Amino acid sequence: MKIKKIVVVVFLYLSNYNYSYSIEPEIFVQSTVNRASKILSENISKEKKMDELKLIAKETVDIKGIGFYTLGSVRKTLNDDQKREYAILFEEYFLKSFSSRLAEYTNPEIDVQSKEILSENYTIVNSLLKGTAERPEVKIDWRIYTKDSDNPLIRDLIIEGLSLARTQKEEFSSILNSNDNDINALFRILEEFSKN
Amino acid sequence: MIKKILIIIFTTYALTVNVIASDDGELTLKKNDPETIKDCSENFNRATFKFNQALDGVIFQPIASVYRKLPSPIKTGASNSLSNISHLLTIPNNLIQGDLKQAGVNTGRFLVNTTVGVLGLFDVAQHLGLTGYEKEDYGQSLATLGVGPGCYIVLPILGPSTARDTVGSTLNFFGGDPWYNVTVRNDTQYFNEANYYSSKGVSGVDFRAKNFDSIENLEKNSLDFYASVKSLYLQDRQQKILNTKKIIDTQDDSDWEEISQ
Repeated sequence: MKIKKIVVVVFLYLSNYNYSYSIEPEIFVQSTVNRASKILSENISKEKKMDELKLIAKETVDIKGIGFYTLGSVRKTLNDDQKREYAILFEEYFLKSFSSRLAEYTNPEIDVQSKEILSENYTIVNSLLKGTAERPEVKIDWRIYTKDSDNPLIRDLIIEGLSLARTQKEEFSSILNSNDNDINALFRILEEFSKN
Repeated sequence: MIKKILIIIFTTYALTVNVIASDDGELTLKKNDPETIKDCSENFNRATFKFNQALDGVIFQPIASVYRKLPSPIKTGASNSLSNISHLLTIPNNLIQGDLKQAGVNTGRFLVNTTVGVLGLFDVAQHLGLTGYEKEDYGQSLATLGVGPGCYIVLPILGPSTARDTVGSTLNFFGGDPWYNVTVRNDTQYFNEANYYSSKGVSGVDFRAKNFDSIENLEKNSLDFYASVKSLYLQDRQQKILNTKKIIDTQDDSDWEEISQ
């Protein structure tokens, strides 16, 4: 009887124990930026930097979500095999494109300034990329998906008001339109980009 | 004469496509969404885009790569001076858009910077609290008055535009731009055509230099550079027309929610 009680108490304790650690979106962004800045300021090859940036992107960006958002309504016409193939191709394309763009910067300084909670699922974190002698300061807003508060994810970067996800969606749409909405044409282009 | 003919051709073309695009009644101020703006002459636009890219590679890119290495005070001075001249176009557009307060602020900025700021080289006005300058043009004013964007157009040399914005730019040459009036249109003893065209040339180089890395990066990492530039231009115009720094609803949340995690 006593053992049974202990088991019940332990079970209740464990079931009520909160293992989760909610991460504030602005802290998540600043921490991500700091990690990327550290890599970019290291004295290592560009390829090595790109590899390490890819690891950060895999952890912090909703690559799969962005991929299917980018595809627009065409995603509804894909079968499961095509969806799987697209997810793989898009991830390769995204990681290469993302890390290649970032690797051009040396020691970028980004300061998180404020945040705007749009809904339970989305928070916009406002930040500023400090200017240098060669380029002006740039306002960067991060659209953070906060449905799972323990694991926030980046869904878009809005640079000076211009959305990268939206730009990419319109770019993909243009490719599909030029190829009679043939998804295989987009697959080929994504594959070529990743290989080159 | 050639210049006049070109202006007439552009205006006629722009107005024609604008009327055609207006037929379905979709063109209202709120219909500046990039996704709804038609690329009526895509083949022609892509060809012009290629031409502009070649021109950029030969002229603007090399000049901008030198310009960006100039000492910061020179670049800032040039940028301030060009910005000061642009007030001459912005102020009448503030008035057309009914933004009397901003017209007053910008007039104050222009007067202070032209005098105390030594012909606009120094932005003294910002230290007097006259901050937050945003350029306005006739394209934006036409949008505010309810004119739709019409088709997307890529102009030779000038780059991305829409039918409405092209008509707006054309108005500059018919008395709408005080800077054009005192340099080219009217024979004044203080300025001449060279002042106007050099200011436009430096303005282009200044823009190219400020966005040097971004443009190179975008080109290198785009699957369809033409489509990327088009999207970015139309998003930028949408934001300027709405006169907001706030993030425009860039994503339809319902579109996302069906995407499984």
